[in-house]
Amino acid sequence: MTATLSRWREPSILPGFGLALGITVTALSLIVLIPLAALFIKAASAGPADIWAVATSPRTLAALKLSFFGAFFAATVNAVFGLILAWVLVRYDFPGKRLIDAAVDLPFALPTAVAGIALAAIYAPNGWVGGLLAPYNIKVAYTPLGVMVALIFIGLPFVVRTIQPVLEELPADIEEAAALLGASRWRTVFTVLLPPVLPALLTGFVLAFARAVGEYGSVIFIAGNVPMVSEIAPLLIVIRLEQFDYAGAAVVATIMLLLSFSLILLVNLIQASARRRFGDV
Amino acid sequence: MSVAVTIESVEKRFQNFPALRGVSLDIQPGELVALLGPSGSGKTTLLRVIAGLEQAERGRVLFGEADTRALSLRERRIGFVFQHYALFKTMSVAENIAFGLKSRPRAERPSPAEIKKRVSELLELIQLPGLEKRYPSQLSGGQRQRIALARALAIEPRVLLLDEPFGALDAKVRKDLRAWLRQLHQRTGHTTVFVTHDQEEALELADRVAILHDGRLEQVGSPDDVYDHPATPFVCQFLGDANHLPVKVVGSQAFFQDRPVLGGLRQNQGGPASLYVRPQHLRIVDDAPLALPGVVEHLRRNGPLRRAEVAVDGLPKRLDVDLASQVAPAIGERIRLRITHGNLFAAA
Repeated sequence: MTATLSRWREPSILPGFGLALGITVTALSLIVLIPLAALFIKAASAGPADIWAVATSPRTLAALKLSFFGAFFAATVNAVFGLILAWVLVRYDFPGKRLIDAAVDLPFALPTAVAGIALAAIYAPNGWVGGLLAPYNIKVAYTPLGVMVALIFIGLPFVVRTIQPVLEELPADIEEAAALLGASRWRTVFTVLLPPVLPALLTGFVLAFARAVGEYGSVIFIAGNVPMVSEIAPLLIVIRLEQFDYAGAAVVATIMLLLSFSLILLVNLIQASARRRFGDV
Repeated sequence: MSVAVTIESVEKRFQNFPALRGVSLDIQPGELVALLGPSGSGKTTLLRVIAGLEQAERGRVLFGEADTRALSLRERRIGFVFQHYALFKTMSVAENIAFGLKSRPRAERPSPAEIKKRVSELLELIQLPGLEKRYPSQLSGGQRQRIALARALAIEPRVLLLDEPFGALDAKVRKDLRAWLRQLHQRTGHTTVFVTHDQEEALELADRVAILHDGRLEQVGSPDDVYDHPATPFVCQFLGDANHLPVKVVGSQAFFQDRPVLGGLRQNQGGPASLYVRPQHLRIVDDAPLALPGVVEHLRRNGPLRRAEVAVDGLPKRLDVDLASQVAPAIGERIRLRITHGNLFAAA
């Protein structure tokens, strides 16, 4: 084993490569790869005709569309507001800053069902926020819009927490250099400050997106779960399981998995090429 | 033409720390001035006040006749070079250099073709032609600093300000860039102020050196002036090595422990005083009326020079003596030293 491994790696005087790789492969297999392989096998057991039927059924397509577009929309909103929030937390000192900083992590810690129920109560037509929107005929709770609100809620900390350290590391002198060279504030922000943050922003976006695609607990309380309208793909999987249609559930799950994986892979490739180009100055 | 930059009794404090306590300095057009001082002396703060990156609490800075407080950062037209380059890493070299030109309001902005031409001229000037498409991460430290300079020169600045421009570079590159910057200054003639804590760099490069200490200007003058005629003990010790001897002046002679060591003084310096003597101004002599006896304790090499450390009775610190002749004394040898030149300051 060691003999074969030593051909791949750079020779190093410091030991640890074999052990570290062994643990990595074992843990990854037990926790991620084997369960996912089981999922594929289960889905394959349905047979091509059934797989196609499940995959193309209008209800599946509607659920997938809501899940993926909803997650995309929520991640985009989070990217914008998360960036602003992180900027404010890094750049300015104000009373209550630590409180806000801590509150950003709440969506991580709160049981998602609690979040869903709280959001549903507030955004319902008779709730605090929902009541304000009702006169304008805007319904949030129990509609696809409600799904977005829940997804934005759970995704926010991912964006803030990935951008924050990068903003903190941003050298102050590039901003001063831009100002002395005569750049307007807008030009400084968009051409000097934002581009170095972009890779981290993209990472935050992907994390928020991935989290939102798989989110279940909070959404089901606020979505209303009307098939074809506000039913998300994870819920559809649970419904299939409750009907003992394990293969059907596995097929939907596999489609979600493949879609998510290819999207995340694409973003990672974009980032790797950006890193090669700009390096760290 | 009148004075390029006038600094009038500028004061600046950070919280309770006074960084600048009333600094005044005139900078002539085309002059290359070094702000020299140890860290914490206020030299970088002064540079940033000139640039407008810090605001003075008292006093003012004039460019020609114009008060800089009335000018925006863009209107000041300052070329500023930062110690850590501050290049925009997501932009190519050409984009970095063109940044200032492209930032101008539409009416004053040169056409893309003119900008391109200007960028390649500047790359020519800094002797890095053809690097337009590279990114900062692909360049060495010295190259990055030259790009930063080209970027500052692109806006045709009225004043060029350099904040420890060679501080992050290694010794060899520093020396090369120093000579190169001197040539560039002769060619372009920009009024230039640079900050350094390296006295050798300041003396070699600058037309005039301004020495700062604890937020005050200690002395301003040509390199020869400040080195040969230091105005204060601080300047004397900061510019190169100096041995310190507590002496007493009586008449025209300075006495160290009742022994006359330096003669020919003017009459008005009586009383206790501090005598500073550079290592090259101590000579080993056979016998002389004004000589200081000592024992050679150590010999070392200091670049091209050999240096002896000589213990003198009654002096806690050994004297540094540069050896002029090829014949070096042996360790333990008793010698006599004659002071050929010294700077005398009344004791504080």
